[in-house]
Amino acid sequence: MKSGSNLERVLDAGHFAVTAEIGPPMDCNAEEVLKKARLLKGVADAFNITDNQTAVVRMSSIAAAVLIMREGLEPVMQMTCRDRNRLAIQADILGACALGIRNCLCIAGDHQSFGAAGRLKGHPGARNVYDVDSIQLLAVLKGMRDEGVQQGGDPIEMKPPLLVGAAWTPLGDPVEIRPLRLKKKVDAGADFIQTQGVYDVARFAEQMKIVCDMGLHERTAVLAGVIVPRNLGMLKYMNSSVAGVSVPDALMERMAKAKDAAGKDKKQASRNQAEEGIKISVELIEQVRDIPGVKGVHVQAIEWEHRLPEILKRAGLLPRPAATGKETVHGVESEDHGG
Amino acid sequence: MIVAERKPLSEIRGFVEDYYRLLVVGCGTCATVCLAGGEAEVKVVASGLRISFLQDEKEVEILEDCVTRQCEPEFVEKIQKRVEDEKVEAVVSLGCGVGVNFLAQKLETVPVFPGVNTKFFGAAVEPGVWIEMCAGCGNCILHLTGGVCPIARCSKSILNGPCGGSRDGKCEINPEVDCGWALIVERMKKLGTLDRLAERIPPRDWSTSHAGGPRKVVHVEVASLDDEKGETEP
Repeated sequence: MKSGSNLERVLDAGHFAVTAEIGPPMDCNAEEVLKKARLLKGVADAFNITDNQTAVVRMSSIAAAVLIMREGLEPVMQMTCRDRNRLAIQADILGACALGIRNCLCIAGDHQSFGAAGRLKGHPGARNVYDVDSIQLLAVLKGMRDEGVQQGGDPIEMKPPLLVGAAWTPLGDPVEIRPLRLKKKVDAGADFIQTQGVYDVARFAEQMKIVCDMGLHERTAVLAGVIVPRNLGMLKYMNSSVAGVSVPDALMERMAKAKDAAGKDKKQASRNQAEEGIKISVELIEQVRDIPGVKGVHVQAIEWEHRLPEILKRAGLLPRPAATGKETVHGVESEDHGG
Repeated sequence: MIVAERKPLSEIRGFVEDYYRLLVVGCGTCATVCLAGGEAEVKVVASGLRISFLQDEKEVEILEDCVTRQCEPEFVEKIQKRVEDEKVEAVVSLGCGVGVNFLAQKLETVPVFPGVNTKFFGAAVEPGVWIEMCAGCGNCILHLTGGVCPIARCSKSILNGPCGGSRDGKCEINPEVDCGWALIVERMKKLGTLDRLAERIPPRDWSTSHAGGPRKVVHVEVASLDDEKGETEP
């Protein structure tokens, strides 16, 4: 075992893994994090804690990761290259490991100009770092863990036991370079991969075929990304504005139909779309599960975490292998948590 | 070349509010080519200031000059002399930031104000449009990336790109900005060297860049010639 993390155990045992995401709040309210943790306990093998997601200042990923551990959840601490140089990164990794964090996802991070796609002010005038890129970061963490050396060459006595992961945008432009770039991530040390949200399953399967032909599926665990669509507007936005995400017309039409079926009743339209979104998510999970080389799913229900238990239950992924009993899974029965 | 852009006249005027004898100096090299601070722009800025001061009924003498390069002693000497002889109180330099620094160092007691914003090292891709192409990082890796610089042309200076934010050849920060890594991939495809991108570029030693502190280049032969000259001509 590299890390002894639950995610590593689940993957090693050959289970189809499930990871989900918890976004820290924009303040210091620990209860917010704990509330989400209690809601989601047992629905996934590990939970990504985002790191200043969409280039907006939030509670640090290390702190929020430690908070969810108090509730018995396992975090995947996300670490962007945008905000830290190699000194800060390695110091935070040592600190995170000292606090019991065992999984880390290495990502470049949205550019600081992003600011939640203009919905928040953010800090577009910030200076970014990008001292190392995400691929270099993977290699740095692998070196710390396996060789017991800092990037600069100084020794590390107690090596940080971390499962290191990376993100992958299988359908990002230029698409022909994506399998090669995945290989670089695997070569650098990625133990697991979480992909950008997949809606175009057929094209994703084509990329996975290349990945399998390269033998990468045997060297890393690819967890296919599923972003739960709440409504037609969200699907349209992701299709037009999120790099690497393309939504097939058929899915868009399904959602439009669900919306239109409610006529002028806006509340019903919203409920219809929510239900259709959940159906689509469940189907996507089932479809990506059948693609050779896919070892799990990474399900993102952005600002909609309370619907995750239901989605994963309907997808037949509950209870999780490590979950001990039904009492650990909350909120599966109820339709609306008002969260 | 170094690409610059003229500052708004109101900003320049703000710098020189307290002076009555000004010299506006252009630079005949980069700043001229990028239409920011050559002879023509000196005229524009000087005339603009004159009109602006006249409107406020303030009498200010504004002299004009333009030298071949503001970054070399032999061209700057002329300015030094003029400032001294003509009792210039303040200088507005339309050279790049280097010109302002260099003039300021030479003029000692006379203030030098920047008349342009120095932007980047770039090239003219079409008339009137310049694009950043080099970040002056001190250790060129263009042989690895098909001659397209990831440090200058990728918004994240990623050495193993492209990141997930590339879309239709454009960068996630702005659909007007080319994705540097899309350009690299395109170029290496044409060269038939795309497979070379499989090689991982390790973390960089940024000490060759500004991260390592202000830099200095010494051309040993020329520098030693200068020393000898100094010895023979006391």
